[in-house]
Amino acid sequence: MKSFLPLFALMAGLAGPIWADTPAGFIQSYSTEAARTQPGFRADVARGRAFAARDWGVSDKLASCTACHSDTPSNPGRHAVTGKTIQPLSPSVNPERFSDPAKVEKWFKRNCKEVVGRLCSPAEKADFIQFVMGAR
Amino acid sequence: MKTLPIVFAAFASLPAWADEARLTGPLLPAYKTECGSCHTPFPPGLLNPGDWKKTMAGLDQHFGTDAALDAKTAGQIGAWLQQHAGRTMGRSPDPEPRLTTTRWFVREHREVPARAWQDPRVKNAANCAACHKGADQGQFGERELSIPGYGRRHDD
Ligand code: HEC
Ligand code: HEC
Ligand code: HEC
Repeated sequence: MKSFLPLFALMAGLAGPIWADTPAGFIQSYSTEAARTQPGFRADVARGRAFAARDWGVSDKLASCTACHSDTPSNPGRHAVTGKTIQPLSPSVNPERFSDPAKVEKWFKRNCKEVVGRLCSPAEKADFIQFVMGAR
Repeated sequence: MKTLPIVFAAFASLPAWADEARLTGPLLPAYKTECGSCHTPFPPGLLNPGDWKKTMAGLDQHFGTDAALDAKTAGQIGAWLQQHAGRTMGRSPDPEPRLTTTRWFVREHREVPARAWQDPRVKNAANCAACHKGADQGQFGERELSIPGYGRRHDD
């Protein structure tokens, strides 16, 4: 049995956000991660909305998440530089959203760096998805 | 119905490289996903091979954004772009190559009224889909052309 330990350790390491494939699953795994430093953490719609709309002062054109994604997640957004239409983030109108961990992580990384000027924390990601999904 | 007073001479004046296949050919799925997320997946024939190479080499700082890809995807897209690039297309004058500033593009769009480029629905010359309704599928044919504020060029 001993020889399996490293494998389990590896799987446990991977079993963070990377393994979710539903919006609720992402919220849960980001929340679990957040709870390590903020015991009792629960994702919150209002915090998520404030995060998405906040002007971070890092980029002129891309001041906030809502500069490209509509402030109503069920509506399409528009890329603030190129003008391209961006499909709604809300999984209830766009079922492809929050189904692919690689895609979710890639865009959190890109967009957070650009807008917030750093990576987003697991707590911020959980709040954001909670907002995008709407109130429970 | 207001139509643009444009004499449709485009087909006659298309240089040899710009055959229909180049403009409307199927897009590599990875190209469509990765390079069609922030803007139209531009037709590969509208930049020359050297310009595509430059573009692919600078993805981590791509027009002020991070468009970096993993090595495998980047390799696949880079090879496909080289294969389908416009071989006789002139260089883009910009240090970061733009297909919207090549002489070919400017000439092909010279009849587009200045007001149309400035229309908020267009916003940016690279927003091909504002006028070319099939742009995201790689379709730039005349039938799918509709300029905001001017309507379709030809009544059906
Ligand atoms: C410059 C415009 C822009 C800004 C600003 C922006 N995004 Fe995005 N975002 C995009 C684009 C483009 C995509 C990918 C295209 C698509 O999937 O429709 C995307 C996709 C995403 C996805 C992927 C969702 C999925 O599963 O498909 C998430 C999550 C996301 N953005 C979060 C954010 C957050 C959080 C912020 C603010 C910190 C933000 N975005 C700001 C343009 C932007
Ligand atoms: C994260 C968003 C993003 C991704 C992903 C992205 N781009 Fe871009 N791209 C931009 C922005 C922003 C511009 C600049 C638009 C402007 O300023 O007019 C741009 C402009 C361009 C231009 C110049 C367009 C012109 O004005 O003529 C080319 C060519 C281009 N991109 C190619 C690519 C290729 C190839 C890929 C895939 C490997 C890619 N892009 C992926 C954001 C992106
Ligand atoms: C403001 C509207 C507008 C925008 C934006 C625009 N075009 Fe065009 N485009 C036109 C018009 C109008 C013509 C036809 C010109 C003519 O026939 O004289 C045209 C012609 C073309 C043609 C030639 C088609 C043919 O079969 O002859 C190509 C290719 C093309 N555009 C590509 C692009 C690409 C790629 C983009 C984005 C980078 C773009 N266009 C953005 C209006 C636009």
